[in-house]
Amino acid sequence: MTQVTMTVNGKAVSGDVEGRTLLSDFLRDGLRMTGTHVGCDTSQCGACVVHVNGEAVKSCTALALDLEGAEVRTIEGMANADGSLGTIQQAFQDYHGLQCGFCTPGMVMSAAALLKDNPTPTEQEVREYLEGNICRCTGYHNIVKAIMAASGQDVAAVAAE
Amino acid sequence: MPKDHGIGASSKRREDVRFLTGQGRYTDDINLQGQAYVHFLRSDVAHGVLRSVDTSAAAEMPGVVRIFTGTDFEGVGGVPCGWQVTDRHGEPMQEPAHPILAQGKVRYVGDAIAAVVAETKEQARNAAEAIELDIEELPAVVDMKTAVQEGATKVHDDLTSNLCYDWGFVEENKPAVDAAFEAAAHVTTLELVNNRLSPNPMEPRVAVGDYNPGTDDSTLYTTSQNPHVIRLLMGAFVLGIPEHKLRVVAPDVGGGFGSKIFHYVEEAFCTFAAKACRRPVKWTSSRSEAFITDAHGRDHVTKIELALDADNNFTGIRTDTYANMGAYLSTFAPSVPTWLHGTLMAGNYKTPNIYVNVKAVFTNTVPVDAYRGAGRPEATFQLERVIDKAARELGVDPIELRRQNFITEFPYATPVAVEYDTGDYEGTMTKLLEMIDRDGFEGRRAESEKNGKLRGIGVNCYIEACGIAPSALVGQLGARAGLYESATVRVNATGGLVVMTGSHSHGQGHETSFAQVVADMIGIAEDQVEIVHGDTANTPMGMGTYGSRSIAVGGSAMVRATEKIIAKAKKIAAHLMEASEGDIELKDGQFSVAGTDKSVAWGDVTLAAYVPHNYPLEEIEPGLEETAFYDPNNFTYPAGAYACEVEVDPDTGKVEIMSFAAADDFGNVINPMIVEGQVHGGLAQGIGQALLENVSYDENGQLLSASYMDYTMPRAGDMPMFQVDHSSQTPCTHNPLGVKGCGEAGAIGSPPSVVNAVVDALQRAGHTNVTHIDMPLTPARVWAAMQG
Repeated sequence: MTQVTMTVNGKAVSGDVEGRTLLSDFLRDGLRMTGTHVGCDTSQCGACVVHVNGEAVKSCTALALDLEGAEVRTIEGMANADGSLGTIQQAFQDYHGLQCGFCTPGMVMSAAALLKDNPTPTEQEVREYLEGNICRCTGYHNIVKAIMAASGQDVAAVAAE
Repeated sequence: MPKDHGIGASSKRREDVRFLTGQGRYTDDINLQGQAYVHFLRSDVAHGVLRSVDTSAAAEMPGVVRIFTGTDFEGVGGVPCGWQVTDRHGEPMQEPAHPILAQGKVRYVGDAIAAVVAETKEQARNAAEAIELDIEELPAVVDMKTAVQEGATKVHDDLTSNLCYDWGFVEENKPAVDAAFEAAAHVTTLELVNNRLSPNPMEPRVAVGDYNPGTDDSTLYTTSQNPHVIRLLMGAFVLGIPEHKLRVVAPDVGGGFGSKIFHYVEEAFCTFAAKACRRPVKWTSSRSEAFITDAHGRDHVTKIELALDADNNFTGIRTDTYANMGAYLSTFAPSVPTWLHGTLMAGNYKTPNIYVNVKAVFTNTVPVDAYRGAGRPEATFQLERVIDKAARELGVDPIELRRQNFITEFPYATPVAVEYDTGDYEGTMTKLLEMIDRDGFEGRRAESEKNGKLRGIGVNCYIEACGIAPSALVGQLGARAGLYESATVRVNATGGLVVMTGSHSHGQGHETSFAQVVADMIGIAEDQVEIVHGDTANTPMGMGTYGSRSIAVGGSAMVRATEKIIAKAKKIAAHLMEASEGDIELKDGQFSVAGTDKSVAWGDVTLAAYVPHNYPLEEIEPGLEETAFYDPNNFTYPAGAYACEVEVDPDTGKVEIMSFAAADDFGNVINPMIVEGQVHGGLAQGIGQALLENVSYDENGQLLSASYMDYTMPRAGDMPMFQVDHSSQTPCTHNPLGVKGCGEAGAIGSPPSVVNAVVDALQRAGHTNVTHIDMPLTPARVWAAMQG
């Protein structure tokens, strides 16, 4: 076991991990931050997406030990300072972009990363960006609408296409 | 003007806030003090004799608490099957034992052989690798038709063959059906495969067993759609724990789609092992493990024949289906190809003569059971495909052929044992045609052609039997359970309510939509109503959520319980206002006396119920809490018409969905936003089945599609924006809300229109020999069809 220290949602944290401990396991089992979900074991479902140093990363592909000193942001850190839902979170609720909620943390984190790089994506760009996030409940329709709405675009026009 | 609250309003979902902030509490988020972890060692061969399981080296590995094998479960029951089908000769189906851990033989890749309980997940996994197995491999039984041939290798040595049952429905009608075919002016025949699928809710299954030696109570936390059913099956049939000493909790559950209905061996194991080890035992499935342990869906091989008279009226339907059961009978497996499939074979059409034959077959594969739609997608697919093929053979419009044969008068008793209470198939078809601009198709096709693409359009109808189900009827049909639903409404002194429902929400939004109903009935704010579900300790015995039954059956129970509350509250209000009970009216949370200006508020009455100083104690008890059990007297029958347009790339065979429109009749709708979301998700699963998804085994019974590398889940880029409409509403005639259910419609109704559209595109391009392609319509299959 080796100690690793990083910043998660602005707070310094540390813990003992094995060499094989994944960031997703460190968050869930080590820090008991269970908002980040694990839905597969081949790095494809995207339920575990977090931000590491500002970039979207599948936390099931990152080793905790590699992230000494890193800045990590998870779904638990996406609300506004007053605890209200952030813009993307609010859009997911407003447009019914979630059902069972299991893929949702990864979807929100991916959406945030997309909108940082591309503040007004087209519908096609949103769909392509979500290649690495699988949802089984929504058929993606309302997730796409939510992300378009969070970017300030006219959602009615998207849905009418 | 859309409503802003109550029944009919698109209220935002209250559960979203916790899910969007990482505060959901799924089973894997539960960690109990002192818990150990279990790893299952599973068979990597499909069929074999288990010669020995040597755990001696593994037992010495670090962190190992205890290793269990089949011998530890010799005195324990197996996992039971909840439905017995009687075959066409009046004999019961063949029903093999299903042990918790393999005993003597392994029967599919994934069959659990041993279970290592250790201090950590990693230690459990490490030790499992040190177990030495001696398995004498036997030939695997994979193909269903081979499996039922004389002399075939048997999956279960103690059964007479691999045939679970040979079911005829309705057997007495067979001569009349055969006569209809003799007299037919035209017969269309189609052979097809309804492809095997893996349900794949995004949350893998998890079980945490706990035991309290001080009270001898056991608790199981599990990813279930029906905790009471698990408690009954596991307690009474497997572990012998009385229900009052067993609690089952299904907290936030990340999707189910049928796969979390069933009682799985891992649930029984964790409950058993927690008691044996005197500490909590937790199992978390990996996705790879889910592919080889979660019950699969569909897997039918069918021949369907449609007889028509000289005026193109349907006169007969005859089907012959092989249905895969896998290696063991999962909880409701026998009912899926029979009562959930044969009873729907009339579809939306008045066909007087129908005969359905189903042979259910054991194979060395993962057990197969209900997956979203369960039997009804299989019925819809074959019927709507053969109608399309018939229209093409007869040179008539496929929509007109359907319309001509629509059932138009209700109630309508089908020749396959069900009575449709209401519907308007012309209404949903008319709505669909408004949505899709059929007249503009030729222009769109020409545009696609300019771009080098083949465009096609496909349409189909569907009907489903939902709101499962009348207990008396399903009892006659072989169910070993009732299918009522329950609700307890507890009003607090200060006027807020808690509704404890036997339904279970795992994505459907009951916490919001159920609250809308009760708030509307009383006339109070939705946030005054809390919905509690998922814990046998604080909900009445209920049968859970599947078969699009929650609002139709669970919602009805809740309405009945709330009606009892209102009736009692009116008595209290009458006393408070010194008026006659019959004159009391309840509106907007105020009780008033008709024709006067006297009124008392809801909260005054609820307070009086719990502080009964001025109260009719000689007539009624204090308190305000009521329970109702609702057992429907019929299924509900949602129906609709769907259309799909595709472009096919003639060079690669790749199919792209250009548009998809769904016109549904769900009866009354509680929350349109949630209903539309349910349809979207169903459509994606149906389109996934049609184009992408397939569980594939090789001839040795090795699963080839065992991860997301190989099993093609629909991605965002595979789906269009959907057009959905539910404005055609013929309310259900026999439940208090007039609701029918919407959870499965999309998955049931969408595959045929996709395949119809692809065949249409190929036919229009001159591939007139292509009358059918089996799902999934992968580029390779479509390309091959075009070469043919």
